[in-house]
Amino acid sequence: MKAKMKLFSYNTMDTPIHRLSGLTKLLCFLFLTFAVMYSYDIRVILLVMVFSIAILKVSKIRFSQIRLMVVYVLVFIVTNAIISFFFSPEMGVEIYGTRHVIGDLYGRYKLTWEQILYQTTKFFKYASVIPLGMIFLLTTNPSEFASSLNRARVHYKAAFAVALTLRYFPDIQRDYRDISQAQQARGMDLSRKAELSDRFKNALLIIIPLIFSSLDRIELISNAMDLRGFGKEKTRTWYASEKITNRDKTALAISALIFLGTICVSIFINKSRFYNPFV
Amino acid sequence: MDRQPIIAFEDFTFQYFSQAEPTLHNINLKIFPGEKILIVGPSGSGKSTLGYCINGLIPFAYKGEIGGYLTIKGFDTRKKNIFELSKTVGTVLQDSDGQFVGLTAGEDIAFALENDNIPHDAMHTRVRRVAEMVGMDSFLSSSPFELSGGQKQRTSLAGVLVDDVDILLFDEPLANLDPATGKTAIEIIDDIHQQSAKTILIIEHRLEDVLHRHVDRVIVLDDGRIVADLDAHELVCSQVLQACGIREPLYVTALKYAKAAVTCGMQPGYITTLKTKDAQEALVTWHQSNPKDEGHNENPSIITMEDIFFSYDGVRNVLEDIDIDIREGELISLVGKNGAGKSTLSKLLCGFEQVDHGRILYRGADIKDKTIKERAEIIGVVLQNPNQMISKPMIFDEIALGLRFRAVPENEIVPRVEKVLKICGLAPFREWPISALSYGQKKRVTIASILVLEPKILILDEPTAGQDFRHYTEIMEFLVEINKGGVTVILITHDMHLMLEYTPRAIVLSEGKIVADTAASVVLTDAEVIQKANLKETSLYHLAQMVGIADETQFVQGFIDYERKLKNR
Repeated sequence: MKAKMKLFSYNTMDTPIHRLSGLTKLLCFLFLTFAVMYSYDIRVILLVMVFSIAILKVSKIRFSQIRLMVVYVLVFIVTNAIISFFFSPEMGVEIYGTRHVIGDLYGRYKLTWEQILYQTTKFFKYASVIPLGMIFLLTTNPSEFASSLNRARVHYKAAFAVALTLRYFPDIQRDYRDISQAQQARGMDLSRKAELSDRFKNALLIIIPLIFSSLDRIELISNAMDLRGFGKEKTRTWYASEKITNRDKTALAISALIFLGTICVSIFINKSRFYNPFV
Repeated sequence: MDRQPIIAFEDFTFQYFSQAEPTLHNINLKIFPGEKILIVGPSGSGKSTLGYCINGLIPFAYKGEIGGYLTIKGFDTRKKNIFELSKTVGTVLQDSDGQFVGLTAGEDIAFALENDNIPHDAMHTRVRRVAEMVGMDSFLSSSPFELSGGQKQRTSLAGVLVDDVDILLFDEPLANLDPATGKTAIEIIDDIHQQSAKTILIIEHRLEDVLHRHVDRVIVLDDGRIVADLDAHELVCSQVLQACGIREPLYVTALKYAKAAVTCGMQPGYITTLKTKDAQEALVTWHQSNPKDEGHNENPSIITMEDIFFSYDGVRNVLEDIDIDIREGELISLVGKNGAGKSTLSKLLCGFEQVDHGRILYRGADIKDKTIKERAEIIGVVLQNPNQMISKPMIFDEIALGLRFRAVPENEIVPRVEKVLKICGLAPFREWPISALSYGQKKRVTIASILVLEPKILILDEPTAGQDFRHYTEIMEFLVEINKGGVTVILITHDMHLMLEYTPRAIVLSEGKIVADTAASVVLTDAEVIQKANLKETSLYHLAQMVGIADETQFVQGFIDYERKLKNR
């Protein structure tokens, strides 16, 4: 089918990142995300970002795979930045306690260095989560991740549901495309030319057949699973499980250090969550 | 016989809670260890229900009232749960794609072991061993999207064998497989039967294809009752098959057309055992009496595809060098294995995808600039699964949908929909909700909802998939009527009977190229094309060879023409 590299889905590759267990990757993701979310120190945030882009390179993820997501997130955070400036142009002044005006913009809106630092920091804070999330999503084998979740005491039925969703996602996607094409052939207008209320109604005309054909599928899967003994025992083992290796321990240690480092920088150097170069 | 039966039904009756009548009536049946049994019956005969009773889906997943007894290995099934039964009965369901629960073949095979808490390393060893048995050992890390239909089925089979069950139950193993893969599937099942002495049950309505290899007994179900329990030879000689609407093997039909008596002495159950000595003369005479019909369609072209190339990723061509000229009023089948480019071709025609190179002409004019919506008024497509097309609760609204999208005034819609309802035999159901219709009727609704737009060309993807002989004939005769009404019809199909009996012309695709574009009778007697496109010779071809008819193709063509004449009379 189509291109070898699938968009937004796990690709089997052999890199140090792919070889880490899914649970390790989840924990590392959480450590690093908490680190950038906690800190408002742009130096720390940029460091984490550089680190995660390096990891992105190591895991051989191509930009074309994540372009769409990157564009979406950028649009979101740029909009967010503009709106937050209009609502609270003096936020930076409030936080840093000083006021260095660069120039007038319009009416009460004045551009200050404080505001620029605050908003840039916030921008990178959000932006640095993108590569982290992408690494996790694209290098984690869903089944192996399910087994890790199960090992972390999540019930196996819940853990398996995660893997199953990812297994059938492409099927549903294909159904959706077929149905939508068939409806377009009957004359449905899905373009932006149609009115909003019509587009909403038209979406329903795709979703209804999608639900019915998916229900058939669900009956089949649940029968297949019953017939092969899913759910009879309190526990289950996993074909795709990986042993926790030193590699995992190292990765966890590095992420934990970065997290602790960020907190230490805040406590001992900045004496607050904010880095303040203005005093 | 003092052997103990492994499966025994005694006065067994079953009624689904949702149904007013029992689905199975007074079933008495004994199956002994190591037997290989084929269960046939038309749709709604209860053959799937019988399978569900054996594997425990009844009463575990489908509730209902059970009367009489069913014992498996001496134990009453009502006292066992589905998990205990799954250690004795392994089931391979018909849709090997939908039941593929793992992300890779290895994982899917391991599923039952995972649920049994088998340790990681032992599990991998066992999976590898079973995968070798079915020839899947080099595909363990492949995802379902990378596997062919046959490989998915082998995976399902391995997933059941991994449990070392005593009974293997195959529920319509041939559905969704191309002819050559289906043939291989029957061979694999037979090999496993011979190597392992397991009891094997095959539920299928395609009798001739299963009888490619030996079975011990054939059980015929009709209307919830067992109407025959015979070996293959006796069954084929009896009147049972016609009586309950199951297609007999084609070579048997040919013998009957030639007025040759079909007797048990001829061992007619399998083409490989058939003795044709007594029938030789009758067949040759019949063959010579069939006139050669050289009728050609001389109508003007309706669609011309010139030098078409297409690829999804810009690297690998999915279609290459396609030149097809279709004339008005033709009935064509488009065949080839999965991934050969059949669906892509229909997507190009409808405008869902755009050609990279080449032209598509409609009555001589390039349709490049026509939108999907505009093309739909020329070319209509009917998807395989009617549930994927139906989006309205009422039949009338569903059929009118395409017209309403086009803002056709309501007073014009009513007569147009009425007309199509009549053509499709749906007029009595006009006021019905779609949910009350049978599968075949739903199929008609989807065809009607396309016909109402008055397309000149109709493309149908597997119009008869999963249908028994009676419904298959109904749908196909209906399409022939539409075709006679002037609509050009293109069928995308795996079904060789359909191709032989209904479409005078077949276009065969393999690896994105056209490997044959000729009469169906020529395609199904051409070894090279058959091999390239995963088809299978028709048994008529073997029959012709056995009685020494040199022109096998003409023999097959004669059969088709003869049958057409009978139907038109």
